[in-house]
Amino acid sequence: MQKQAIFQSKLLPYALVAPQLAIVLIFFYWPALQAVIQSFLLQDAFGLSTSFVWFENYVELFKDPAYFAAVVRTFFFSFAIAISSLSFALLLAVMADKPLRGSMLYRTLLIWPYAVAPPVVGVLWIFMLHPSLGVISRYLRAAGVDWNPLLDGNQAAGLIILAAAWKQISYNFLFFLAGLQAIPKSVFEAAAIDGARPMRRFWTVTFPLLSPTIFFLLVVNIVYAFFDTFGIIDTMTRGGPGTSTVTLVYKVYSDGLLGGNLGSSAAQSVVLMIMVIVLTGIQFRFVERKVTY
Amino acid sequence: MALRHFGAAAAVALTVGLGASPALAVTEIQWWHAMTGANNDVIVKLASDFNASQTDYKVIPTYKGNYPDTMNAGIAAFRAGNAPHIMQVFEVGTATMMAATGAVKPVYKLMAETGEKFDPKAYLPAITGYYSTSKGEMLSFPFNSSSTVMWINLDELKKANVEIPKTWPEVFEAGKKLKAAGHDTCGFSGSWITWVNLEQLSAWHNVPLASKANGLDGFDTVLEFNGPLQVKHLENLVELQKTKVYDYAGRTNTGEGRFTSGECPIYLTSSAFFGNVKAQAKFNFTAVPMPYYPDAKGAPQNSIIGGASLWVMGGKPADDYKGVAKFLTFLSDTDRQVYIHKASGYLPITKAAYAKAKADGFYKDQPYLETPLLELTNKEPTENSRGLRLGNMVQLRDVWSEEIEQALAGKKTAKQALDAAVERGNTMLRQFEKTAVK
Repeated sequence: MQKQAIFQSKLLPYALVAPQLAIVLIFFYWPALQAVIQSFLLQDAFGLSTSFVWFENYVELFKDPAYFAAVVRTFFFSFAIAISSLSFALLLAVMADKPLRGSMLYRTLLIWPYAVAPPVVGVLWIFMLHPSLGVISRYLRAAGVDWNPLLDGNQAAGLIILAAAWKQISYNFLFFLAGLQAIPKSVFEAAAIDGARPMRRFWTVTFPLLSPTIFFLLVVNIVYAFFDTFGIIDTMTRGGPGTSTVTLVYKVYSDGLLGGNLGSSAAQSVVLMIMVIVLTGIQFRFVERKVTY
Repeated sequence: MALRHFGAAAAVALTVGLGASPALAVTEIQWWHAMTGANNDVIVKLASDFNASQTDYKVIPTYKGNYPDTMNAGIAAFRAGNAPHIMQVFEVGTATMMAATGAVKPVYKLMAETGEKFDPKAYLPAITGYYSTSKGEMLSFPFNSSSTVMWINLDELKKANVEIPKTWPEVFEAGKKLKAAGHDTCGFSGSWITWVNLEQLSAWHNVPLASKANGLDGFDTVLEFNGPLQVKHLENLVELQKTKVYDYAGRTNTGEGRFTSGECPIYLTSSAFFGNVKAQAKFNFTAVPMPYYPDAKGAPQNSIIGGASLWVMGGKPADDYKGVAKFLTFLSDTDRQVYIHKASGYLPITKAAYAKAKADGFYKDQPYLETPLLELTNKEPTENSRGLRLGNMVQLRDVWSEEIEQALAGKKTAKQALDAAVERGNTMLRQFEKTAVK
C-alpha cells in the first residue's frame, strides 16, 4: 500500500492541517502559555496589581507539605481507581463475551453509565451513601457500621474511588469486549484441545493477547483519575473531611478560584502538565515496547 | 488578545445594532445575583417594580449560580472588561471586593457623586457595620442579611420533656436527654461549622476571632481563635460527637434536612433557613437565640450577620451610576424593605423598616422571625462583634473546617486542630496581604 501522498502545491498540505493547528494553538498552547506566564506572577483576583516574582510561587509550593500530601494522595487514588475499574470491567467483559441470550441487551446496559456526567455520578452516589440522606447508609447503619464519610477520611476516599471507578467501568468494558472479540477463536480451541481449563486458558491465552488493550486502558484510566474525577470530588466531598480527598486538580481549583491565589494555582497546573507529559513519555518510550503482542 | 478585541468589536456592533431601536433613551443596568426559588422571585419583582416606576433606567437581573460562582463570574467579567453594574457578593467575599480598589465603586462615594439623598444613619449599624470602613463609610449595600439562630423542634422537646435550652451546657444536657428519648443519631447539630462555632461563637462571647477588630481595621490581621473559649467549645463538641449527642452535619448547609426531617431536634443555622422549615417541617418549631457559656464574662454580646450585599462595579459611565444610585434609594424605601423582609425572611436593613414591621404586628404570630434582629442588636457592637473582614475567606473557612473535622474524627485534639487552623490561616492571610492593592 502506498502511504505517501503527493501534493502538487507546497502550500496545500499546510492549508489542510491549518484548521487542526489553529484549534490546538488556541485551545491548548495559548492557555498553557498563559498558565506558564501566570505562574511567575503575583496577582490579585481582579488583575489590578501584578508583580513578577520569578520562581516564588514554585518555591512556596514545594515548601508546602500539604502539596506533597496531595501528590501522594492523587497517585494512590489514580491506581486504586484504575485497578478496581479495570479488573471489574474485565470480569464483566469476559462474562458478556459468552454466547448468551440477549447479550446485546446486557452489553448496551453495561455501556450506559459512560453517558452520565461526573457531577451527576456524584449526586447519584450522594443519594445512596450520604450519612443522613442515603438509602444504603441506612442499611449500613442498621448493620452496625459506623458510616460517616463526612468525618471519616478513609470512608470518604473509598466513596470517591467507588464512584469514579464505577463511572469508568463502561468505557473499559467496551474496549475489553472489542479486544476479546478480536482474539481468534481458533487459539482458544487449540488450548482447549490441549486440555487447558477455562481459568488456565484465560491467564495463558486471553490475558497476554489482551495486554495491549490493558495497557492502553491503564494509561487512559490513570489520566482520567488525575483530571476527570474533579466533578465527582466537588459534588461529593469538596475535598473533605480534612484534606482526605483533595487531589492535585482539586487543589488547583480551590487555591485558584476559591482562594484567589492565581499564581500558585498556575504553578500547580504547570507541574501537573509536566507530570502528564512525563507519563505519556514513559508510555511511548519504555513500557509500550515491553507489551507482548 | 486578538480574540478579545474581536469579542469587544462584536459587542460594540451588537450594541450599536440594538441602539437603533426606539428604546435608545433607556440605560440598562446589569444586576448579577445568586438567588434561587422564592428569593429569585423577590429579585425579579424588585427589578420590574423599579423599571415600572420610571422610564430612564432598566434594571436587568441575571442569575449567575451560587455565591462563589456569581463572584467568580463577576471577577472574570471584570478581567475581560465587561463587569455588571451591580453584583451580589456573599459576606465572606467582602475583603476580596474591598481590596479591589478601582474594580469597585464604594456606595458612599456613588451616592455623593450622583447627588442622591443618602443617610447612613438610617440603616441598622449591626448590618451595615459589616460592609463599612472603620470610619463608617458604606462600601457595599446590604441586600439579604441573616444571622445564626437555634432552630427547635418543639414537639420532640416536649416528648422528651426538655425545656428550650438557653446556654451551651443546657444544650448538651438537652442533647443527651433527646438521645435517650430515641434520637440516637443526633441530639443536636448545625450547619456552617465555622460560621456557627468559630465566627459567631467568638462575637457572641466578645472574644476576638482575629486581631485588628477581626480584620476590619487592616489586612495585617492575625487569627486569634485558638483561645480558651473556642478550644473548650470544640472539646465539648468532640466529646459529644463520640456518642452522637452532637453529630457533625458538614461544612455548608447540606445537612439542614436533618432538622426538617425530625432527626435532629435542635439545629443551629442561619435564620434564612425559615423558608425551608416553613415548607417542609411537619412539626411545631421555633427559633431562639444562640446559646452561650454562662461563665464567660459579658456573654451574650451581639451576633454578626451572614448573607450578601450588593457591590457596585467600577469603570462605568456617570449616567449609569445615576441609575444605580436611584435603584439603591428605591431598595431602601421603608415599605419595600418591609416587603423584602416578609417575602424572603431576610432582615430589614433600615431602622424605619424594622420599626414598621414591629408596628404591623409582624412578629406577634411569628416571634422567631425577630430572633436574629434581637441577637444583632442585643448590645452595642464591640471590636470583636462588629463583623469580620479576612481575605481568602472562602478558602479560610475550608481550611478551618478541615482542622475541625480532624478534631471531631479524633485525629487531633481540639487545641492542636485550632492551633493548626490559625497557623495555616495566617499563612493564607499573608499571601492575601501580598497581592492586595495597597
